[in-house]
Amino acid sequence: MALLEVKNLGITFGGLHAVDHLNLQVEQGALYGLIGPNGAGKTTVFNLLTGVYQPTTGSFFLDGENLTGKAPIEINKKGIARTFQNIRLFQNMSVIENVKVGLHNSGHCSFLESVLRLPRYFKEEAALDEKAMELLAVFGLDGERDYLASGLPYGKQRKLEIARALATKPKLLLLDEPAAGMNPGETAELMDTIRFVREHFGMTILLIEHDMKLVAGICEQVCVLNFGQELAHGQTSQVLANPEVITAYLGEE
Amino acid sequence: MKKMLNKKNIFTALFALAVYGLIFALVQAGALSRHFQSLLVPVGVNIILAVSLNLTVGFLGELTLGHAGFMSVGAYAGCLFTLNSTLPMAIKFPLGMLVGGLVAALFGVIIGIPALRLKGDYLAIVTLAFGEIIRSVVTNLSFTGGAGGLKKIEKASTFTIVFIVAAITVVIISNLVKSRHGRAICAIRDNVIAAESAGINVVYYKLLAFTVAAFFAGVAGVLYGHNLGILKPDTFDFNKSIEILVIVVLGGMGSIRGSILSAIIVTVLPEVLRGMEDYRMLAYAIVLIVIMLLNASPRFAALKNRLIHKSGKKAKKGEVA
Amino acid sequence: MEFFEQLLNGLNRGSIYALIALGYTMVYGIAKMLNFAHGDVIMVGAYTLSVSASLLGISPYLGVLLSIVFCAVLGVVLEKIAYKPLRNSSPLAVLITAIGVSYFLQSLALLLFGSQQQKVASVINIPSIYLGSIELTGESIATLGVTIVIMVSLTLFIKKTKTGRAMLALSEDRGAAQLMGINVNRTISITFAIGSGLAAVAGVLFVSSYGFVGPYTGSLPGIKAFVAAVLGGIGSIPGAMLGGVLLGVIESFSQAYISTQLSDAIVFGVLILVLLVRPAGLLGRKKIEKV
Repeated sequence: MALLEVKNLGITFGGLHAVDHLNLQVEQGALYGLIGPNGAGKTTVFNLLTGVYQPTTGSFFLDGENLTGKAPIEINKKGIARTFQNIRLFQNMSVIENVKVGLHNSGHCSFLESVLRLPRYFKEEAALDEKAMELLAVFGLDGERDYLASGLPYGKQRKLEIARALATKPKLLLLDEPAAGMNPGETAELMDTIRFVREHFGMTILLIEHDMKLVAGICEQVCVLNFGQELAHGQTSQVLANPEVITAYLGEE
Repeated sequence: MKKMLNKKNIFTALFALAVYGLIFALVQAGALSRHFQSLLVPVGVNIILAVSLNLTVGFLGELTLGHAGFMSVGAYAGCLFTLNSTLPMAIKFPLGMLVGGLVAALFGVIIGIPALRLKGDYLAIVTLAFGEIIRSVVTNLSFTGGAGGLKKIEKASTFTIVFIVAAITVVIISNLVKSRHGRAICAIRDNVIAAESAGINVVYYKLLAFTVAAFFAGVAGVLYGHNLGILKPDTFDFNKSIEILVIVVLGGMGSIRGSILSAIIVTVLPEVLRGMEDYRMLAYAIVLIVIMLLNASPRFAALKNRLIHKSGKKAKKGEVA
Repeated sequence: MEFFEQLLNGLNRGSIYALIALGYTMVYGIAKMLNFAHGDVIMVGAYTLSVSASLLGISPYLGVLLSIVFCAVLGVVLEKIAYKPLRNSSPLAVLITAIGVSYFLQSLALLLFGSQQQKVASVINIPSIYLGSIELTGESIATLGVTIVIMVSLTLFIKKTKTGRAMLALSEDRGAAQLMGINVNRTISITFAIGSGLAAVAGVLFVSSYGFVGPYTGSLPGIKAFVAAVLGGIGSIPGAMLGGVLLGVIESFSQAYISTQLSDAIVFGVLILVLLVRPAGLLGRKKIEKV
């Protein structure tokens, strides 16, 4: 059985079918691409899968468990983490604190233990620091641990967001246009990082991307959305060669 | 355990003790005028109020204009307790503080609930409304003494007691802020949607911040009542809430040290400038506007950065830039 | 009979709240800020009227005009000095600055005129009308009439004139409006001028009914009008009118039938209940944050 199973998922905004009867199967360990023209409903799919929006039809399952209708926190705890198209970092907190917020549910210190600084507080903080630094090191951010997140250059902010998402120990990672605004050099580096994350953490990744080089380079499978509906899905190379997909992207010749 | 006794903590503790010792010695030696002595307790009370309000305004990032309401509820609950209890003062006073804090915390939960649905300006007006409701209800209840208020409260708030309570407040709130709970609160301030998707229970932490802040405002109210000996509902009006907010803003939102310093200045300065009473509020207003304008000016921000953090972009914990 | 008397009373008071609330709501819609000092402009308007009559000996009607002009200019100047530099700051920073401006106006009035309230002669000399046993005072007639005229003309102004449409565009999307060639600074200045001018009118009507002015005269009606604007849905002009009138009527009825002292608590309680059910107020639109 697939790790993520999406069945007939749909949402309507005032009569508009933003996502319409979507079916997806993402296998454990897969690197799956979700592509489509602007306004095709890709980010809406992410918002549905993370509980930001509630679907009007259909359901989705993670590891066989039905997560439809659950709140964002619950879904995160069950193992779906995401990044955002318009970066959403905790701007006034330091780089390491951003990751430690992601580690929030790995900590267990109660309010009293924290406030009274009982021994467990120190032990736990040290452990969280260590875990956070490990994650930062993966993304080459360990040198900037005490910088304000808002002070990081754009590319590093995107990486920090991925590190924060990974800190919540997800089974499935949703990346919303991770390469947006990056130059070709940075994109190439990001591709390496995404591959590394999959190998190193055994992560299953579903990503939205406009950069076809990136999609063709790292995704084994893709699903193409157009006007909220699935246009095609399957092996990346085959789908990208599909004339219908090319038309949807480039318009009629 | 080693970390608990690190240099910084030892230094802070020694510094606090030294401040206490110095003031105590000055009082004993009669070097402080009666007038200044009478300011010691109000300074402590304002520190508690400002540091606790900073938790909601500076760290949680929700503007509340009803802090005086919590103070009022706590003050009445605590003072009614000590007035009606037959226990010796040494026992009933701390208990009264606890009662005042808990009752205020209960109101914090009640007022925190709309805070879950409302944001920004709307929340500000709702907290303002709550504060005014509390005031007008207190004025109309018989067991609170109505508009005349409570009288003959034992003046038990000594400098030592207020100092200890203020120190406890500061320690608890700064420890809270630097823990995983505090990080969650700051994360909500910076980006609610990201906080939710990172597994932060936004409802719980908003309520927690409101409740803790209200608790300490209530304790401050009890100390206030036991300093003056009387309580009147009109003391805790909208202007009192604004005064506390001004202290927090002047000290810097999200800076506990700033709140302490600013509470001292705002309480003592008007007394130093006595005789210029009429100009006091005008000066307040101008300083407030100028500070906000300076904070917004990029040139000033750059200057401040160069002066304060030499390391340029390095973060100062929890502080809102 | 008492019911109708209270209703009239409430409408009268509500009209004044509505006039002040219009200023709050226009400034909020267009400049995206809560001008907390707006209530104190009422006080400035009332003092201007009082000074022009007693010291300068100007006729009351000219005094009203002077008061409107003075407040309009004051509104524009305050915006330029205190609010414009903060346009890109957080709402919290702007709100605190506005609180500072409110304090500034109050303490300046305190320095200039002292804390003692001054008597102001009513500028309205319309005789009372009797509808059966109900007395409709000249002040009420004037207040209701002036409010209706202002509301109709303001609505027409916004719908029909170029400046009015610029205001609407600005409240929808400032960036886009700017790109369409709308002069943002000018439009915001005009908004402040109109809002403050309306506050001056409200101030004149208020002191005509009440008879006195002091440094804190604007404070409570200001807060009530603020509540009215939020109740109706801040940013919405019909909302401000509805909120103002509703608030006046609720206040009047609760004073008559429940308790004079608890009327404030009831008014604020209604606000909280409405916001819990409709977080953006009665006629307000809810903003959806795009993820």
